[in-house]
Amino acid sequence: MKTVAELSRDLASKKISSVELTKHYLDRIKKFDKTLNAFITVTEDQALENAKKADEKRAKSAAGPLTGIPLAQKDIFCTLGVKTTCGSKILDNFISPYDATTVQKFNDAGLVLLGKTNMDEFAMGSSNENSFYGPVKNPWDLERVPGGSSGGSAATVAAGLAPAATGTDTGGSIRQPAALCGITGLKPTYGRVSRYGMIAFASSLDQGGLMTRSAEDAALLLNVMAGFDEKDSTSVDKPVPDYTKKLNNSIKGLRIGLPSEFFNQGLDADVAKVVQAAIKEYEKLGASVHEIHLPNTKLSIPAYYVIAPAECSSNLARFDGVRYGYRCKNPQDLEDLYKRSRSEGFGAEVKRRIMIGTYALSAGYYDAYYLQAQKVRGLIRQDFSKAFEKVDVILGPTSPTTAFKIGEKTADPISMYLSDIYTIAVNLAGLPGMSIPCGFAKNLPVGLQLIGNLFSEEQLLTAAHNYQKVTDWHTKQPEGF
Amino acid sequence: MEWETVIGLEVHAQLSTKSKIFSGAATQFGAEPNTQACAIDLGFPGVLPVLNAEVIRMAIKLGLGINAEIAPRSVFARKNYFYPDLPKGYQISQYELPIVKKGFLDILLEDGSVKRINITRAHLEEDAGKSLHEDFHGQSGIDLNRAGTPLLEIVSEPDMRSAKEAIAYLKVLHSLVRYLEICDGNMQEGSFRCDANVSVRKKGDPKFGTRTELKNLNSFRFIERAINFEVERQIELLESGKKVTQETRLYDPNKNETRSMRGKEEAHDYRYFPDPDLLPVAITMDQIEKVRAELPELPQQKRQRFIDAYALSSYDASVLVTSKALADYFETVVKESGNQPKLAANWVMGELSGALNKANLEITESPVTAAQLGKLVQRIADNTISGKLAKTIFEAMWNGEGDVDAIIEKRGLKQVTDSSAIEALVDKIIAANPAQLADYRAGKDKLFGYFVGQAMKESGGKMNPQQLNEVLKKKLNA
Repeated sequence: MKTVAELSRDLASKKISSVELTKHYLDRIKKFDKTLNAFITVTEDQALENAKKADEKRAKSAAGPLTGIPLAQKDIFCTLGVKTTCGSKILDNFISPYDATTVQKFNDAGLVLLGKTNMDEFAMGSSNENSFYGPVKNPWDLERVPGGSSGGSAATVAAGLAPAATGTDTGGSIRQPAALCGITGLKPTYGRVSRYGMIAFASSLDQGGLMTRSAEDAALLLNVMAGFDEKDSTSVDKPVPDYTKKLNNSIKGLRIGLPSEFFNQGLDADVAKVVQAAIKEYEKLGASVHEIHLPNTKLSIPAYYVIAPAECSSNLARFDGVRYGYRCKNPQDLEDLYKRSRSEGFGAEVKRRIMIGTYALSAGYYDAYYLQAQKVRGLIRQDFSKAFEKVDVILGPTSPTTAFKIGEKTADPISMYLSDIYTIAVNLAGLPGMSIPCGFAKNLPVGLQLIGNLFSEEQLLTAAHNYQKVTDWHTKQPEGF
Repeated sequence: MEWETVIGLEVHAQLSTKSKIFSGAATQFGAEPNTQACAIDLGFPGVLPVLNAEVIRMAIKLGLGINAEIAPRSVFARKNYFYPDLPKGYQISQYELPIVKKGFLDILLEDGSVKRINITRAHLEEDAGKSLHEDFHGQSGIDLNRAGTPLLEIVSEPDMRSAKEAIAYLKVLHSLVRYLEICDGNMQEGSFRCDANVSVRKKGDPKFGTRTELKNLNSFRFIERAINFEVERQIELLESGKKVTQETRLYDPNKNETRSMRGKEEAHDYRYFPDPDLLPVAITMDQIEKVRAELPELPQQKRQRFIDAYALSSYDASVLVTSKALADYFETVVKESGNQPKLAANWVMGELSGALNKANLEITESPVTAAQLGKLVQRIADNTISGKLAKTIFEAMWNGEGDVDAIIEKRGLKQVTDSSAIEALVDKIIAANPAQLADYRAGKDKLFGYFVGQAMKESGGKMNPQQLNEVLKKKLNA
């Protein structure tokens, strides 16, 4: 399985055409997706048409480095004329009338959309079991979850059904599935990538990003995806560097922080061993390691489970059966229309969070929950900014365990929520984070998390790429694909 | 028992921007349903609001116009509730941190005194769409053209003590927003809407009574009637030992009554929280000063200038500054009349306003231009025509017969001031009425009027009245 960087060279040297490449991936989707259930929609005809256009551009030498590269989009990004479901029954019939900025940018750069990947409904979940379209299987063990919410994208890239895919990360939804599927995941700084057209779960936390086979691929694709968007007031107007430029810079002298809170009793011993080995590797590369403290980490889950549901309860109010999406049969009156359309259209986890959020924002509770959670958020930000006075990058496990079994945690939402313990604080602080493959525990991939300061994507990618140059964990492939 | 009325007003002024507050869709009134709503106004999945910078400028203007502090930082919040004409399931509105803080407006009371009405705040928000319940055979139609139209909600303190004061405040505010060119003030089209909070209390009671909120008030007349009806209703309730229920009441102009729309127990919990899709609005002193420098002369300043420069009464000045168009018209009349402000004011407020009202025209639609009226005033002032004749000429001008001098010329209406001509005519009249002359000289003074009438009749009303009187007196008593 080739990386985007390799495919880009093959396309440039005419070793392969985009149509051939696109057909190759479409064939693999046909062959393996019955097993994995990673796609909700495959845009075969459109893909072949766009691949042809890409080849024509290549022929006229009017191509960019990524023209003709196939790509899968998480089904949270609106795609013009294509079904966009967000993993929900309530949008099962929704054809978007516009392209998300991210989709537009990849289209403009000549990438070929293969299809829309499966996900937890409205990106709420850590196992991809909350999709209306059924769970996605982990290619490393079909009885296990791929992680979530970008589980479809993670499985797609791990099994080689697409060379790369987009994801979104509100509390770990790129990094955790990347870890559980043994691929590279990048969640940029909040505001680095436009949220326009990315269906909102929790607006102050949501950030689009990438799921790839290498840090280099993530850099190549971030070059397209990053940047200010006048359609998104929370996107930041800051120049976008060429993220590939410094990839090979040495990391000698890089100060790495290890938060003691990330290596405590909740961490699986096998995962801990693998992560420690990866840290040794960094030391060999010339980095220095320092223990640091993020004392408010334990508060991140309760704070997150107030803020995210509060925002989602409001964001999801527009799905009311009035203008688009699912509407119940024979509504008796307005209230019946609302109640049944939403009860029948949303799944259990989404309803749970809407109820938590509605409660947290109610008169008399707002100060105790929402305001309090925002204060905690401030403390967590402070923890990180203090830490970044001493270190350049923070390392640790992405997830406390490897992939768990399908059905194992569905009855216990709290244990499910805890699987995001190391990732959530990063969203609350708006920081960039990555997960890269760093070994295996009982034959299941383990992810190493890298956390950087605001807008330090370049540095994170350099740190990840240096590691991937001296290790081969990211090149491992699941058997049978 | 003596009761005191307490009124606070919430005015929604639709800001006259070209595009909506959070999207690029047009805001024009009266378009085909749902043709002026884009994906953002329709609340499609994934869309985001982007603030229209023009509304900030307009809010600053209003803030300066009501002598208020402009908040250096204000925040948009979400007001959450479900309704089919509210596409996102929430309205974006400013809640805890509005853009305009405390301010005030002075109103002129009937007794000529000035009263200060305090304004609590003014905040920006988006309008909802419209639900249409008629003509859909038991269903409702939804028009989302209005969804996302920028509104400035201006909230007064409960400082008004009668419907008349409420109307005076509204008229001052109405005039202000049009001067500032931030709102067209069209009440029929809903560009300037008002909700009234009304309560009554025993005179001298420091505590307010239970209030009701009146809605659907779309003209000054209806507002006055609705408040008066509501005050009577509340007093009747209290005097018969009952209580006023806190509720929202709808005014029905056909029946001239208010009726309950929704009670306090049905009031929504709007679950306000800061909108995470929008950054806080930061306003610098520079921005405010820039807007201040561009402000036109405001009604209060203009009114004072009219009193000082034209020696008008406070009442006349207040009426003339009601709208900028009227004030401009008046000033042109003064200029063209060769500086006759009092006469100009009388004509603008009297003959012209009457004719405009009768024809249901705005000052900007007047068939008689300010320059034309100015010339007419000049001809009255220089005694070319009498005031009485001027009315006839005004009518001719109204009917498009041209300028005053042309009409005088055409109709031969020039006032006779030549004393020999007047004497000749008077001699003629006296000679033709010997009997009346004898009676007059015998002491029937009242017959003087008869001779004036005859002279005016004979001359077609063109005699200068003062001169005629003098000559007549002299000759009759000779």
